[in-house]
Amino acid sequence: MVIIFLMIAVSVTVAGCFLGAFLWAVRSGQYDDDYTPAIRMLFDNEAVTDKKEKPAEPAS
Amino acid sequence: MEAALQTNVQTCYHCGDTCEKEPILAHDKAFCCDGCKTVYELLDENNLCTYYNLEQNPGISGKEALNESRFAYLDDAGVEAQLVSFRNDAICKLTFYVPQMHCSSCIWLLENLFKLNPGISESTVNFLRKEISLTYLHGQTSLREVVALLARIGYEPEITLADTDGKKTTKPNREIIYKLGIAAFCFGNVMLLAFPDYFSVANSLQRTFGSFFGYLSLILSLPVLIYSARGFFITAYEGIKQRMVNIDLPIAMGLQALFFVSLYQIVTETGPGYLDSFTGLVFFMLIGKYFQQRTYDTLSFDRDYTSYFPVSVTLLKENGEEEAVAVRNLEVGNRIRIRNQELIPADAILLRGTAMIDYSFVSGESEPVEKVTGEVIYAGGRQVGESIELEVVKAVSQGYLTQLWNNTIFSKNESQSVGTYANIAGKWFIIVTLIVAAGSLIYWVPRDTDMAVKAFVSVLIIACPCALSLATPFVHGHTVRVFGRNKFYLKNTSVVETLAKIDTVVFDKTGTLTEPSAAEVSYVGKTLTPEQEQSIKSVLSHSTHPLSQRIFQSINSDIKSVENFKEFAGKGITGEVDNHVLLIGSASFTGIKPVGDKALLNTTVYVTMDGVLLGYYTFFNVYRSGLKQILCELDDRKLAVLSGDNSHEEARLVELLGEHAALNFNQSPVQKLEYVEQLKNQHHQVMMVGDGLNDAGALRQSDVGVALTNSITNFSPSCDAILDATSFDKLGLFLRFSKTTMRIILATFAVSLVYNVVGLTLAVQGLFSPIVSAILMPISSLSVIIFATLSVKIAAKRAGL
Repeated sequence: MVIIFLMIAVSVTVAGCFLGAFLWAVRSGQYDDDYTPAIRMLFDNEAVTDKKEKPAEPAS
Repeated sequence: MEAALQTNVQTCYHCGDTCEKEPILAHDKAFCCDGCKTVYELLDENNLCTYYNLEQNPGISGKEALNESRFAYLDDAGVEAQLVSFRNDAICKLTFYVPQMHCSSCIWLLENLFKLNPGISESTVNFLRKEISLTYLHGQTSLREVVALLARIGYEPEITLADTDGKKTTKPNREIIYKLGIAAFCFGNVMLLAFPDYFSVANSLQRTFGSFFGYLSLILSLPVLIYSARGFFITAYEGIKQRMVNIDLPIAMGLQALFFVSLYQIVTETGPGYLDSFTGLVFFMLIGKYFQQRTYDTLSFDRDYTSYFPVSVTLLKENGEEEAVAVRNLEVGNRIRIRNQELIPADAILLRGTAMIDYSFVSGESEPVEKVTGEVIYAGGRQVGESIELEVVKAVSQGYLTQLWNNTIFSKNESQSVGTYANIAGKWFIIVTLIVAAGSLIYWVPRDTDMAVKAFVSVLIIACPCALSLATPFVHGHTVRVFGRNKFYLKNTSVVETLAKIDTVVFDKTGTLTEPSAAEVSYVGKTLTPEQEQSIKSVLSHSTHPLSQRIFQSINSDIKSVENFKEFAGKGITGEVDNHVLLIGSASFTGIKPVGDKALLNTTVYVTMDGVLLGYYTFFNVYRSGLKQILCELDDRKLAVLSGDNSHEEARLVELLGEHAALNFNQSPVQKLEYVEQLKNQHHQVMMVGDGLNDAGALRQSDVGVALTNSITNFSPSCDAILDATSFDKLGLFLRFSKTTMRIILATFAVSLVYNVVGLTLAVQGLFSPIVSAILMPISSLSVIIFATLSVKIAAKRAGL
């Protein structure tokens, strides 16, 4: 049953890593705005089109 | 968009407005004005037409012509340094507030600014805060070019005097998220370690690993005690220092009891401790705090006069050249030019032009005030009409308005709200807890000393009113959201509770009870023939005076040619139509004795034809729609009106508000403040509803200051709540709903009390164990959260909010 010591140690370390990741995410400002990124990810990356080319009609 | 072209009513491809005149057709699309067309062409040229694909007609109307020379002040290195938040050799970073932002197209365009100006290296939008963070290469572009570009595409950033104050925007408060994250981490792990205790099967496991698990949990709980739960201890301590009991005191007591009993049990190996309950409690209560803290980032409730003033003003140099300078750099003796609809930034003397100053925002007078050359014009007024020249007599920081603002009575004493339900409940809670704890101690000591200590501590632990402290944030938090959906934005959640206690409602008149932009024109006198009306309208058509414009709009008729038109500043106008001489203007100008006393107070315009009086026009305020209904709903409360205007509307107000309402006219900002103070001294709970700077003092002095605004992104004086004018008719409903929420809180208290009674019964008998605690605590917390959430939602639905 000594393996439990090891298991607990591993589990707490792994959990600690996740905590660290979370704290880093907060620190880097990822939690400051929880709305705009959700919209931003929906924008398509467009291929570089010719200047004269007409844009696609909006879906109405 | 082809469909729009075929139908008769055409909407602008850019901004979606209906094209009132002939639409401008270009690129197979219809535009309402040149401004919109220009923006489209600019975007089209740069391959940015995705803008129009994301949303339909996302643009901002370009009808108001842009005067880009306005931004010249941004070239000033001092101004730039104040606005920029970071600068090195290559780049500058800064954040602008862009209130026009409204859809995903806006986000897209603003984040693709680099395609329009390669000097902009990065732009990031925070949509909820309506902010754009820009990084630009100052070698390639300038601040002025960046702002001008934003303005050109319709997103002119709002730069006010407050931005140049050097007060940098506060960083978003991340502390609560850190606390919550750490508490969640510790709670999860401690609960995992405590799991074997929950099952008697694991007894053998417990014997082998008990102390290891115990010490590990202890280590994991330390960050919770020291960091996450710090807020509760600090508030409790501050409460004690001010000799009062707040809700955090019993919480702090319970948390300490939990932790130290666990510490004792683990060290002496007498038991597993309550650390899972301890960390869980802190976690749940932090959720409540987090929920309570999330309010409206976009709205500023604490603005002062500096965010009302513009940053720049047109300075006239001695050689007659115009130059845009920062308002802050204005000096006494400077000559400035103020154009139509611009604000006067400093107290100044009128040198040239006809000044019609709209003081409605500052003093509450409904009609623009006419000033003649040589008169002093106080800062804060808005010029209506032609452009005027002024000489500054006082620096901005010395002006009348600024002085008024800095007056000490304007600052509200921000005493902690003692009388909140939670704090009152907390006080009783602690008394009852201590009595029960002492009782169990007295009962057990002669019988069993060990049991006595256990029972005593158990009572302290179980009595920790976590459910109680969760009820208020959740009920209030949901209420604030319900109000927000109905365009009533509260500064913070404690305003809900104050709202429920309001027994006196004080209204400002101009701009609050009345529509600021509308006025009714009524004609008294001889009945006018259609020809006469036509003549009057024709003469008026030549005048830009606001009163002339209003009468002009009220007459339906064609325009004839006018001869010998003359305008006498401050007096009136004259002209000849079909050989009849018309005089339109003040009583003295037209040579008429004013009729009656009442007419003196009203703004009156007399009309004579060939020297014979035809009659006069008077102007009445237009009251907001739904006013009658609100006043009916507020019937059980004391009503009052404070007006900076004169008393010509008294009769109509009495009719609206009833006999009992107190009406006060010609009130200065300080008098308004004193009136509210006086009501408060009579132990009334006062709500003040106002819109202008002249109400700022009263808004702060009142228990709840509500600023009414036609557009929530516009400037509004500092207040506790902002109400969108379109929801004005729901005011009574809001007050009633806040009362309902207080009843919900009481019901939630009752729910949590049931748990406490069960827990206490077990505790005094010495039957309280870690497993009971581990089950009871989360259940009570969760059920309180669910009960609070559901009941507010149901109540809101019933109230029709």
